[in-house]
Amino acid sequence: MTALLGETQNIPLLDLYKTMLTIRLFEERCNYLFMQGRIPSTLHLYIGQEAVASGVCALLRTDDYITSTHRPHGHAIAKGVSINSIMAELFGKVTGCCKGKGGSMHVGDIRVGMFPAIAIVGAGIPIATGAALAVKRLGTDRVVVSFFGEGASNEGAFHEGLNMAAIWDLPVVYVCENNLYAASTPFSAVFKIKSVSERASAYGIPAEQADGNDVIAVYQAAERAISRARSGGGPTLLECFTYRQCGHSRSDPRTYRSREEEEEWARLDPIKRLAERLLAENLATDASLEVIKAEVIANIDAAVAFAEASPLPEPSDTLTHVFYKEAS
Amino acid sequence: MAMLTIAEALRQAIREEMQRDERVFCIGEDIGIPGGFGCAFTVTLGLSDEFGHERILDTPISENGFAGVAIGAAMAGLRPIADVQYGDFLFLMMDQLANQAAKMIYMSGGTIKVPLVMRAPVGATARGAQHAQSLEAFFTHIPGLKVLVPSTAYDAKGLLKSAVRDDNPVLIFEHKLLYGSKGSRTEKGALSPVGEVPDEDYLVPIGKGVIRREGSDVTIVGKLLTVYRALLAAETLAQEGIQAEVIDPRTLVPLDKELILESVKKTGRLVIVEEDNLTGGWAGEIAAIVAEQAFFWLDAPIKRVSAPDTPAPFAPVMEQFYVPSADRVIAAVKSLF
Repeated sequence: MTALLGETQNIPLLDLYKTMLTIRLFEERCNYLFMQGRIPSTLHLYIGQEAVASGVCALLRTDDYITSTHRPHGHAIAKGVSINSIMAELFGKVTGCCKGKGGSMHVGDIRVGMFPAIAIVGAGIPIATGAALAVKRLGTDRVVVSFFGEGASNEGAFHEGLNMAAIWDLPVVYVCENNLYAASTPFSAVFKIKSVSERASAYGIPAEQADGNDVIAVYQAAERAISRARSGGGPTLLECFTYRQCGHSRSDPRTYRSREEEEEWARLDPIKRLAERLLAENLATDASLEVIKAEVIANIDAAVAFAEASPLPEPSDTLTHVFYKEAS
Repeated sequence: MAMLTIAEALRQAIREEMQRDERVFCIGEDIGIPGGFGCAFTVTLGLSDEFGHERILDTPISENGFAGVAIGAAMAGLRPIADVQYGDFLFLMMDQLANQAAKMIYMSGGTIKVPLVMRAPVGATARGAQHAQSLEAFFTHIPGLKVLVPSTAYDAKGLLKSAVRDDNPVLIFEHKLLYGSKGSRTEKGALSPVGEVPDEDYLVPIGKGVIRREGSDVTIVGKLLTVYRALLAAETLAQEGIQAEVIDPRTLVPLDKELILESVKKTGRLVIVEEDNLTGGWAGEIAAIVAEQAFFWLDAPIKRVSAPDTPAPFAPVMEQFYVPSADRVIAAVKSLF
């Protein structure tokens, strides 16, 4: 029996709904702009996985750090990177969060605790371990969250990064978004075990599992893991089971999985599920959810307008920022 | 002013920087284990007694992992001095160095600092092909990394201190035959140059080379061990009436091009000596720079004296063939007259 949402204390339900919806509609807009040829390069969209970034990042402070992946828009939005600057980055504009030097796969903003997203699979895991080493050594109570997919847990960097966090009791949460496919490769083809979280015991650290399409479940599991990290209890491996509703990238026809499977997961859509529960428990009305949606759409419209109106970099801006300079 | 080996000078630099700045720490394998080596070549020997194991941080054998840890720590406010036991192990951390450390500042639009120092011993020393390579050129090819090659104790201390205070990733290559490591870590056949090192704080600027010996007839550019091979060659050549100018760039990225170009414009001849393999090596890049910018001052072709395009061999007779000798430098110089 699922507990009533109204009885779950202090969970910012409507904020979570708005964050998830922002990510969904932002990604759908990106796809539309891509199809129109207005966004250069490919996109790895976060559609279907919104509950993970939203549920985890809702528990983070601005000064906490995250590392992200080649599929970073959702993490960036949930961590508080402005959608204007993300959209401008996708357009390759100088007002982008990376000044046009990063692009879709490297969005981030250190001012809100997000390192440039790391598009080499698994490489962010030891970097998150190192950031956690720093926040501990500097005597702060910041935590670090590293987002990655189940495919990344087959990289050596996963093993090395988790082992070091374990032996040094570092304040870091490793959030594995198990969306069942590493590009086209299904989970069962590359794992003998049933879940990535089984690997936590190999490093002597606790594991959490959550339904990654239920933002409340993600939030509650992340709350335990983040509290443990913030209070000196060391790292946790949190596995969220979810599904990438779209293809791996914009060129993926999804011929390696069935339409029936996709329809099954569409029924478990995280945004639809939260909306249904909010309505069923009278925590929202159709009208109040429409108000949120209208606000989100207006924000995205504004982000696109900002990106389109922003100037392109000078071609010779290529030559700057190879090295760090004060006041750059 | 004390007379120190390079290993001692590096240790003094690390100690001073760790005393000066709480954020500075060392990370690597076998660097502070009680009863251990204090790095493969004794650079951190004894420092864990002074600074404790949190700041002389021993890692598992996880080169890619601890490189990532050092990068993450650097981006989040610490100033790591990482090291690998042998430069060859840098290949285990190539993703972290080449894809992460070198690109973070750029990808962030210049908003993130990555004050990482990575030290690496290089050079062939009777250990066979996997503990011998001179890898500097690989890293000069990756924009976003600074590359230092100190060949004296004075420069080792001053350059390491500059590297620690730099907000960019800096690789420091150190030659095994120049360390002057003692005890069980003594290297057979080492040069172990000892030099005057001020006890007080001083910096050697990154990007400034030096003329180790002045001359008017030919410019010889070397780095690390080959600076000494070039100086030895220059002495013999002087007896035969050829005055060689020997240049030690000290920093490969950024490179003091002017120093090399000015020297070539004076001498009209250039020989580049390095222990790396010939093809795609750093010597080729120096030759290209001089060909592009000082061609009309040249009186003879540019010569490269490098290791052959083979892995480093084990047998000492073959290793002596592999590493450029003073005799090979002399022969190269004479071929230009």
